[in-house]
Amino acid sequence: MTRTLPTPTANHASRVGESRGTDGSQAACTPAPSTPESELPEAVPAPAMRPVPSTPAPEAVGLTHEQIEEFGRRLDAIRDRILAERGASDADYIRGVIRNQRRLEVGGRALLFAGIFPPAWLAGTAMLSVAKILENMEIGHNVMHGQWDWMRDPKIHSTTWEWDLVSSAQDWKESHNYRHHTYTNVLGKDRDVGYGLLRITEEQRWSPYYLGNPVYNLLLSLLFQWGVALHDLEYEKVVSGEKTRSAFWTQLKRIGRKIRRQVTKDYLVFPALAGPFFLPVLLGNLTANAVRNVWSHAVIFCGHFPDGTVVFTEDQLEGETRGQWYLRQMLGSANLDGGPLFHLMTGQLSFQIEHHLFPDLPSNRYCEVAPEIRALCAEFGLPYTSGGLGRQYLQVLRKINRLALPGGSVRGPVPLAAGPIS
Amino acid sequence: MMRTGTSRRPTRLLAGLMSGVGALTTPLRPADFVDLVDPLWSAAVPRGRVVEVRPETRRATTLRIRPGRGWAGHRAGQYVRVGVEVDGVRHWRSYSLTSPESSPDGCISITVQALPGGTVSPVLAHRTPIGAVLHLEPAAGDFILPDRPGRLLMLTGGSGITPVMAMLRTLAARDALDDVVLLHSAPSPAETIFDGDLRTLARRPGLRLVVRHSDTEGLLQLTELERVCPDWVDRESFVCGPAGLLDDTERHWAAAGLAGRMRQERFTTPRLGGGAGGTVHYGGAATRSAGAALGTEVAVDGATSLLEAGEAVGVPMPSGCRMGICFGCVLPLRAGQVRDLRTGRVHGEPGDLVQTCISGASGPARIDTTTQGDSR
Ligand SMILES: Cc1cc2nc3c(=O)[nH]c(=O)nc-3n(C[C@H](O)[C@H](O)[C@H](O)COP(=O)(O)OP(=O)(O)OC[C@H]3O[C@@H](n4cnc5c(N)ncnc54)[C@H](O)[C@@H]3O)c2cc1C
Ligand code: FES
Repeated sequence: MTRTLPTPTANHASRVGESRGTDGSQAACTPAPSTPESELPEAVPAPAMRPVPSTPAPEAVGLTHEQIEEFGRRLDAIRDRILAERGASDADYIRGVIRNQRRLEVGGRALLFAGIFPPAWLAGTAMLSVAKILENMEIGHNVMHGQWDWMRDPKIHSTTWEWDLVSSAQDWKESHNYRHHTYTNVLGKDRDVGYGLLRITEEQRWSPYYLGNPVYNLLLSLLFQWGVALHDLEYEKVVSGEKTRSAFWTQLKRIGRKIRRQVTKDYLVFPALAGPFFLPVLLGNLTANAVRNVWSHAVIFCGHFPDGTVVFTEDQLEGETRGQWYLRQMLGSANLDGGPLFHLMTGQLSFQIEHHLFPDLPSNRYCEVAPEIRALCAEFGLPYTSGGLGRQYLQVLRKINRLALPGGSVRGPVPLAAGPIS
Repeated sequence: MMRTGTSRRPTRLLAGLMSGVGALTTPLRPADFVDLVDPLWSAAVPRGRVVEVRPETRRATTLRIRPGRGWAGHRAGQYVRVGVEVDGVRHWRSYSLTSPESSPDGCISITVQALPGGTVSPVLAHRTPIGAVLHLEPAAGDFILPDRPGRLLMLTGGSGITPVMAMLRTLAARDALDDVVLLHSAPSPAETIFDGDLRTLARRPGLRLVVRHSDTEGLLQLTELERVCPDWVDRESFVCGPAGLLDDTERHWAAAGLAGRMRQERFTTPRLGGGAGGTVHYGGAATRSAGAALGTEVAVDGATSLLEAGEAVGVPMPSGCRMGICFGCVLPLRAGQVRDLRTGRVHGEPGDLVQTCISGASGPARIDTTTQGDSR
């Protein structure tokens, strides 16, 4: 299949070869062996999100079809190597994280019983927040991806895992593992683009509703786990008739059960156990849930919406090859720089690119393959978007604010830039 | 194989308490937190800790195991399925219990002979330290002593001595080792598992022990049986050993019209997998007898995924991405093996959940399409 592009794309070329990982490297994990900075077109202002007019067509990134398939084969080889190496140390890693997460949770909740003393409240709330974040991101998200299924431990398995979020594992696996990871950043298919609430790309038609964009985002951030549950429900599909009412209803009941359990645990039973000191416990639990919401929202939004990430249209999916799929994952994702603790706290979603290329590899391995992926991108002249959390999140916020108003392009017209570097 | 053994249920009070505690631990179970402190406590998932490692021969090792709360005991001759992590992957294998039915300290033992090239047995035999925690399933198997053992004949080869050892020890402990003939074949004196223990037991008048060595005397022939134990037709017989011995005895007893007087334990099942393509049965979990009628049998060529093959004949198959990334298509493998269409690797053990969208057939296999969706 060949396609012709409407406009051979200056703006695409402008991004090619530009490594955005300029300030930090993927720290502790090995510095990224990327093209020397000085050779790159420095800080070319780029459009916030570049709709690529075809299945990430080779032309769009200055590569031939054959080169893209070669890119895919090289990625497959990396994947196969990790699969062959996977073993006891990986198993020890996830078991260790799970053990420590549970200890943190027990410790945090115990301290909160002494929550009338401010230091105990602070420490307890911090521990519980960290525990909830780990449970959600490094453990829940990754276990449910099947990253640890190979261990054949029924207790750490994608088919049995349930998490401490109001969305149910079953619904989340469907919307996330399948839709989001298969149709990553495809408008109308990947519901993670804007979570059905926000205007996150100029491709979404503006309506006055979006004047509230910044407010919706703030609310989504604070109430992220509720937003995710709502998003899994896909109510608009019931309206459009794609989903039956009874399917919607069973799903709603499932979520209702999860809500009941979390609310009972965090806002009834644990506070009640503290007797007269129920208030600090309740507030601690509320805070921990909110901290997790804000943190996971920030990390996840930085994974797909900073400048440099690309959205795609549905017709691009047709006849997509393995290499093109890889390319779409690559162009649609962005990494976050930081140290090992930071990566752990993001559930290794700071390696969003690696996660999207290899969603079922054990998360502890992303940090190891990241420099290879970066080098591969440099070799093929592909952009590899990466930056610090602060910078990336500001870009996302700026975009959300800008897109509240009609129109789109965040930084004005796209300048022409140098051709591909390889 | 039949599963026996009663499970010791926690009292109702305890169960009620646990479900109350469950409100605090949701979405986890209270037991998940107890595991942090004591992995043997769980009653739902029996586990055991290795307390002693005793080499029997160069290749065989006895592991004494202190089972946790979930263990419900065993009958002499039964086996236990043991879950072992090898390179991070849990494998389950069966091992005959070699300890008597009730031992004073409540420990059980298995005796494992390392097979060259084997996945699990070399690890258990040579690389399992004291303190290691093993996963257990309830004891199972109907290779057990009759309630009133009369005159017995045991015919064993190599590591096939293991279930019989438990029987002899149980009889000895009950002072019921009255009239037993044991004809055992082992490669050499040095390769004879339980050599010393057997000789000690044979000091009792009730046990007549004949150990012969195949390195010098060749494989055991059933003609020897007439010589060693002329009254074999009058005895209840137990046979365990290599496939050849089992096949021979099966024919021999059947020819004498005595099939009902002989029991066998088979350690090996033929490997089913291999190559690309095969016949796949889509249906329920049950094996042979009950299940075969239900479900669909499909000949799958080497290039087709189990997902496509199932869908093509109208089996309702769960799926998602259809490219191996979402795990929305996993179904339990009940028998046989599958082939990873991406890498060509043939893999699978009964109970494994396989991604049907990237797995092809490799010989005969059974896919369970009845247990779909979330297990909670
Ligand atoms: C009821 C029962 C009771 C048992 N009791 C005992 C006991 O008391 N003691 C005991 O030692 N064992 C016992 N066994 C056998 C035990 O369960 C295991 O089968 C045995 O330990 C071998 O396991 P493994 O993982 O080491 O070998 P596996 O990896 O399962 O391999 C088995 C054999 O096949 C060979 N093999 C492996 N892969 C291939 C391949 N691709 N192609 C060809 N050949 C291959 C190996 O070299 C090995 O010889 C019992 C089995 C049963 C069913
Ligand atoms: S359908 Fe997604 S992994 Fe098989």
